[in-house]
Amino acid sequence: MKVSVVLEHLWRLFTAFQILSEHVDIINTRMDSEDDDAIYDDEHEDSYNESGSDQGDESDFDIDCDEPSTPKRPHVNDDFHYECLTPEALVSHMNDIIDEVNNVFQLPRPTARILLSHFKWDKEKLLERYYSGDQDRLFSEAHIVSPNRTNPRPVPSKRVNTRSSSASTEANCEICLTTTHVSTFVGLECSHRFCHRCWKEYITTKVMDEQVGEHISCPAHKCDILVDEVFVGQVVKDTKVKTRYHHLIANSFVESNRLMSWCPGPDCQNAAKANYHDALPVTCLCGYTFCFGCGEPVHEPVRCAWLKKWIKKCNDDSETSNWISANTKECPKCHVTIEKNGGCNHMVCRNNNCKADFCWMCLGPWEPHGSSWYSCNRYDEKDAQAARDAQAKSRQALERYLFYCNRYMNHAQSAKFETKLYSQVKQKMEEMQQHNMSWIEVQFLRKAVDVLCLCRNTLKYTYVFAFYLKKNNQSVIFEDNQKDVEMATETLSEYLERDITSECLSDIKQKVQDKYRYCEARRKALLDHVYEGYETDIWEYIDYD
Amino acid sequence: MSGGLPRRIIKETQRLIAEPVPGIKAEPHEENARYFRVSIVGPRETPYCGGKFKLELFLPEEYPMAAPKVRFMTKIYHPNVDKLGRICLDILKDKWSPALQIRTVLLSIQALLSAPNPDDPLANDVAEQWKVDENKAIETAKEWTRTVCQRQIVHTSLSGLYKSLCARYQ
Ligand SMILES: [Zn+2]
Ligand SMILES: [Zn+2]
Ligand SMILES: [Zn+2]
Ligand SMILES: [Zn+2]
Ligand SMILES: [Zn+2]
Ligand SMILES: [Zn+2]
Repeated sequence: MKVSVVLEHLWRLFTAFQILSEHVDIINTRMDSEDDDAIYDDEHEDSYNESGSDQGDESDFDIDCDEPSTPKRPHVNDDFHYECLTPEALVSHMNDIIDEVNNVFQLPRPTARILLSHFKWDKEKLLERYYSGDQDRLFSEAHIVSPNRTNPRPVPSKRVNTRSSSASTEANCEICLTTTHVSTFVGLECSHRFCHRCWKEYITTKVMDEQVGEHISCPAHKCDILVDEVFVGQVVKDTKVKTRYHHLIANSFVESNRLMSWCPGPDCQNAAKANYHDALPVTCLCGYTFCFGCGEPVHEPVRCAWLKKWIKKCNDDSETSNWISANTKECPKCHVTIEKNGGCNHMVCRNNNCKADFCWMCLGPWEPHGSSWYSCNRYDEKDAQAARDAQAKSRQALERYLFYCNRYMNHAQSAKFETKLYSQVKQKMEEMQQHNMSWIEVQFLRKAVDVLCLCRNTLKYTYVFAFYLKKNNQSVIFEDNQKDVEMATETLSEYLERDITSECLSDIKQKVQDKYRYCEARRKALLDHVYEGYETDIWEYIDYD
Repeated sequence: MSGGLPRRIIKETQRLIAEPVPGIKAEPHEENARYFRVSIVGPRETPYCGGKFKLELFLPEEYPMAAPKVRFMTKIYHPNVDKLGRICLDILKDKWSPALQIRTVLLSIQALLSAPNPDDPLANDVAEQWKVDENKAIETAKEWTRTVCQRQIVHTSLSGLYKSLCARYQ
């Protein structure tokens, strides 16, 4: 999760909020006592949850499962094995797969690679297809010339018959329109030939400018036969281009293979390979831990698909504009943006040059509304009603989003201070050792920070889970669990920030240990409950778009 | 690369002038040899018959590795040409091959006038009309050819566009 992006987004939201409250004319001739502006805080949480259940726009939504129907708990998943591959190991792993298939096929390696990649590196599927059908068709679908009917590739400069007349040793290149000696001509099995220089330029353009590696086809019009690594090696000498080309090939190998995933760690070039595809934590050689299912940081208890939706929502500008459309209108006369925060519909534009009297509801002039200061005559008319509903709904949805986003961001923020906390604790541990405590006796502090970070991470994602959760009996239990973990985590955090003096050492140690054990237990209870719910299908979801 | 014109462009230009394609005229601009003024005569037995359509063609720096940029300057009622004169033609996009030439591109555009393809539209409303009522669409295309080509209504002035291109590519 790119915290910075979310932060930036949140910042934008609040700036929009501020701008509107500072500069926008908030004019109500009479303020209503009913205050529907409350941004949810802890006191409002309960009342919020109650109203949450009768939102009209909720709909049951089955999570679209890329995940197995019974998701497994990471810690009970002993059969999940993975391995991290450096770029070199990755290439040799790719070659191993190719060689395995080639034990059967006996084809040139690049040909086998293209076939495998055509089947997204599913060996079984390829073998099945190879033996069950028309092989020539298989080759043509994979954009290679069937090796059964291939003409050997002309190797540059060797196959030339120098004894023939000069007319037959010269040819015209269709790309540069230049006539040169045939020895400079090269091509693939499709028998289209172009001069060496044009080929080089063509491949370089594809690789460097268009970032195409696996799908470079013969430059002849309507020819789809693919260029392979052997050919690229023959034609291109520039190592920059060759390296880039091999990287592109490795990239499509990883991206098209469900059992592989790039490590998203900063500046990391490694990839992870697992024995099956699931949302389980993987720790790369570089030290970065991520979810194998989606490449995001580990995000228990929410599932990959919902997290993906959440991230998209957070990165989407539409939330800002939703807020604006939910809370503002334009003065019908001078088009100044007006915010209404509840109350009467009789608006007076604050722009001194305008001062238009109008009705918030129908945006018509106020005059025909007569002496009725509180309601619009057209209030009950269909379109006015619809406009009002739409506005209320959009506002409600936004407030719900802000509520969860706030809490999510809060935990994300705190997690940012993890490194700082670890170094502080390290210092404290050293101090304590100077106060006659043994190394082993002070390890509880490090453990406490580990638990704190783990809990914060889980809490962060419980808000994503909760955002898409529809209220039912179990969701109430979930929220209680969440509150429990949250309170315990905050207390633990406070303990760790306290000054530790020699007098209270053993007292503090007991308190900290008790608290982190409690945190651990409550976190486990929360997760168990969520995963149990996944298994028994008790969670119902709301899908926002 | 601001050096001389690639040999290929010189050769193509020479041949376009020496052996012009019937119904197509393509002349390089005096000040920029990568910019061509093109006109295509509406093919016989098509709703474009009797019209003469102006186009502009520009060879980008990467040409022939990248496709030429071609646009109708004369308004045309055609399902594969949008309001701005942009053309939906596969060889101008993903199916471009460096073995193709200006000549082949212009021939393909001429062929597109003879065989509009409403199933791969760029101008959705025109394509829709073409599918719903082909006769009416053809009538409209004829009407546009008559009025537009007589008065030579063009999208933007060539000189303005040419100036901006020069600024970018010189
Ligand atoms: Zn050449
Ligand atoms: Zn070919
Ligand atoms: Zn890594
Ligand atoms: Zn995931
Ligand atoms: Zn006004
Ligand atoms: Zn009204």
